[in-house]
Amino acid sequence: MSQQQELGRRLTSGNQAVAQAALHAGVKLGTGYPGTPSTEILEFFDSMGGPAQWAPNEKVALEVGIGAAFAGARALVTMKHVGLNVAADPLFTVAYTGVSGGLVIVSADDPGMASSQNEQDNRRFAVAAGLPMLEPADSQEAYDFTLRAFALSERWHVPVLLRMTTRVCHSATVLQTPGYCLSPAKPANFVRDVPGRVMIPAYARPAHKRLRAKLAELAVWNDSEGPNATVEGDKALGIITSGISFQHVREAAPSARVLKIGLTYPLPVETMRRFAASVERCLVVEEGDPFLYEAARTAGIAVENKPEMYRFGELNVERVGRIVAGDTSPEPAPTPGKPPELCPGCPHRNVFEVLHDLDCIVSGDIGCYTLGVLPPFSAMDTCVCMGASIGVGLGLRHTLPPEQARRVVSVIGDSTFVHSGITGLIEMVYNPPPTGHVLVILDNGTTAMTGLQEHPGTGRRLNHETTSKLSFEELARSLGIKNIHVIDPILDSAGIPRVLREALAKDELSLIIARRPCLLAAGAIKIREKTNVPK
Amino acid sequence: MSPSDMSNNITNVVIAGLGGQGVLKASDILASAVFLAGFDVKKSEIHGMSQRGGSVSSDVRFGKKVFSPMVPPGKADCLVVLSQSQIEVARPMLKAGGALIEPGMIDEARLSNKKSLNVALLGALARHLDLADNLWHAAIQAALPEKLHAANLQAFAIGKGT
Repeated sequence: MSQQQELGRRLTSGNQAVAQAALHAGVKLGTGYPGTPSTEILEFFDSMGGPAQWAPNEKVALEVGIGAAFAGARALVTMKHVGLNVAADPLFTVAYTGVSGGLVIVSADDPGMASSQNEQDNRRFAVAAGLPMLEPADSQEAYDFTLRAFALSERWHVPVLLRMTTRVCHSATVLQTPGYCLSPAKPANFVRDVPGRVMIPAYARPAHKRLRAKLAELAVWNDSEGPNATVEGDKALGIITSGISFQHVREAAPSARVLKIGLTYPLPVETMRRFAASVERCLVVEEGDPFLYEAARTAGIAVENKPEMYRFGELNVERVGRIVAGDTSPEPAPTPGKPPELCPGCPHRNVFEVLHDLDCIVSGDIGCYTLGVLPPFSAMDTCVCMGASIGVGLGLRHTLPPEQARRVVSVIGDSTFVHSGITGLIEMVYNPPPTGHVLVILDNGTTAMTGLQEHPGTGRRLNHETTSKLSFEELARSLGIKNIHVIDPILDSAGIPRVLREALAKDELSLIIARRPCLLAAGAIKIREKTNVPK
Repeated sequence: MSPSDMSNNITNVVIAGLGGQGVLKASDILASAVFLAGFDVKKSEIHGMSQRGGSVSSDVRFGKKVFSPMVPPGKADCLVVLSQSQIEVARPMLKAGGALIEPGMIDEARLSNKKSLNVALLGALARHLDLADNLWHAAIQAALPEKLHAANLQAFAIGKGT
C-alpha cells in the first residue's frame, strides 16, 4: 500500500480526490455544511492537514468563501445540491463581482435521491447564475477538474461550480497523481476594488456585462481547448454525454462514438455541432434533466433525447442500454429492501411515540428524525426543506380552526435548527399564532444523518476542538419565549408527555428541548468533553 | 475463476446487508485487495439514510479496465450477503451460476469477535477469487485499527477454511 502511494497511485473516492486536489492547490480555507453525498470532502481535507471548517449553513459557508477569494486566497466551498438553494443569494451576485483568488463551489447532486428530498439538477444553476461548471466522471477527474476549476476561476476571475453526483462522490476509483498541473497559489492580500465588489445598481450593471463577456470567452475556450474528449467509434451511433453517464455509456454501447463534455457550462456548442454532424444518429445520454439536449436543440443541433421515463432516478448500464435501444417498456421494479429506521435506543423514539399518542399534527424537518414518519411512529405530517418545520408549523397554526391548530407541533433537530431554524424561531416570536405554538428541538448533540458532524450547538469545530457553544435555551429566552423546558427523553421519559400536554393546552409559545446525545456519537462526545478543556 | 479470466474480463462482486453490519468496510477491503493485485477497480456505494438499519449494498468491479462503478442487475459473479434477511432482496443481482456467499457458511461461534462476520465472509469469497492471501491480509490491516487485526485475520481464515 505504502509503495503504491509513493508512486502516486491509489484507490480513492471522488470526495477524497477533491480534498486531495484542494490540498495540492494550496486552498487557504475549506468551508461548507454537511450534506450527503458531499460531507466527506471537508473531513478528508481536515484529516490531510487542510484548513477546514463547518459553517452554520451553506449561505454562510459561501459568504466566507467569497471573502477568502476577495482576499486573493484559494477557497473551496462544499455542499449537497439542495444546499446550493440556500447559498443561491450570494451565488448569483458573486457571479457579478467575480473573485481575485480561485473560488470553487462543489455541488454534490443526488439523482435517484439516495438521501435527499428532491433530485434537482444543479446544472440549471450554472445557467441561471452564469457560472462555469465542470462535471467529473470519476475520482481522477474529480482531482483534475478541481485543480482546473481553480485555474479557470483565477484566469477569468469568476467562481467555478464543480458538479459531483452520488456515484462520483462515493465511488472509489484509481487516482494517479500528479495529474493536472496548477500554478502555485498567491498569498492573500487586500486590493481595494469598490466598483468590482460593491453591488449597488450603478456598479452591478457593468458587472453583469463583464460576466456575460467572460462567459462568451469561456465558451470559445471550451470549444478550442476545454476538458472534453471524443472516443472514436462506429459512426452509426454518436452519444453526447457528461459525468457518470459517460461510464455507463462506454459499457452499454462500446462501439458508439462518444463526445464526453467536461465543462458543461458554457457548453462547447461548435464541438457538439461537429460531432453530431459526424454520426448518423446522435443521442444525448444524461442523468436528470434534458440539459445538454435542450442546449443542443436551441443551437439547432439535431440530437435525440432520452425517453422521459429515464429522467427519473439514476442511470446505470442497463438503463443506458434501454435508452440506446429506445426501449420504453416498463422497467422491472427493484426488490423492496428493508427501509431505514431510528436506531434501537435512539432518544428520538420516545418523543415520536408521544407525538403519535397525542395525535399531534407534526411539522417535521430534515435529519435522522425524518424517519419518525415511518411506522411504528407515523408521527410526521410535513417535511419540505431544512428549517421548514417552524415556518410551516406556524402557517398551519395561523390558518387551521383552533381545535386543529392546537395540535400542531414543529419538530427540528439541533443541527437543522442552527442551519435555518433560528429565523423561524424569530418569526414565531414576531408573528405568534393566536393559539401559540410548540417547538420541539431534538438535540442529540451532533449532525447525525450525515455521519456525526459538529455544529455551533456542540461547542466543537469540524476538527472537534472546543469553541464557543450556542445555547438554544438562552437564545430562545433572549427572544422572549417564556415556556422553555429541557428534558432528557431517556432519563425522564415521563417528562416529554407531561410537558408536551401542558404546552399544547396553553395558547402560548413553548420550546421543548429533548436533549440526549445520539447513541452513535455518545462515546466520542464523552471523550472529547474530557480531553477538550475549555480555555 | 482463473487468473486469465480475471485479467480479461470484469469481475463483479456485490456485498449486501443491513446498515451497521460492515458492508461498506467489507467492500473497502475487497477493493483494496484487488487494487493491490494491480487491477483496475471501481467500488460504488450509497451513504446516508439507508445506513440507519436499512438495506445497504456496495458494488466492487475489477479487471483490466472498468467503466461503470455499478454492477448491472443479474451480472454479479459473486454475491456476499451479511444478513440472512437480505438474501432474497439482493439475489436479483447474482448472475445465473454465480456464487452466493451467506452467513450460514460461517460458524459464528468460532469468531473471536462477532462483528468480524463481514471479514469472515470475505474469507469465503476469497475461495472464488484468485488473489494471494497476503494481499487480503494487507487490505484487512489497512482498513481496520490495529487492535482489531488479530480477530479479523482469524475471521478471514475461518471463512476461507485455511
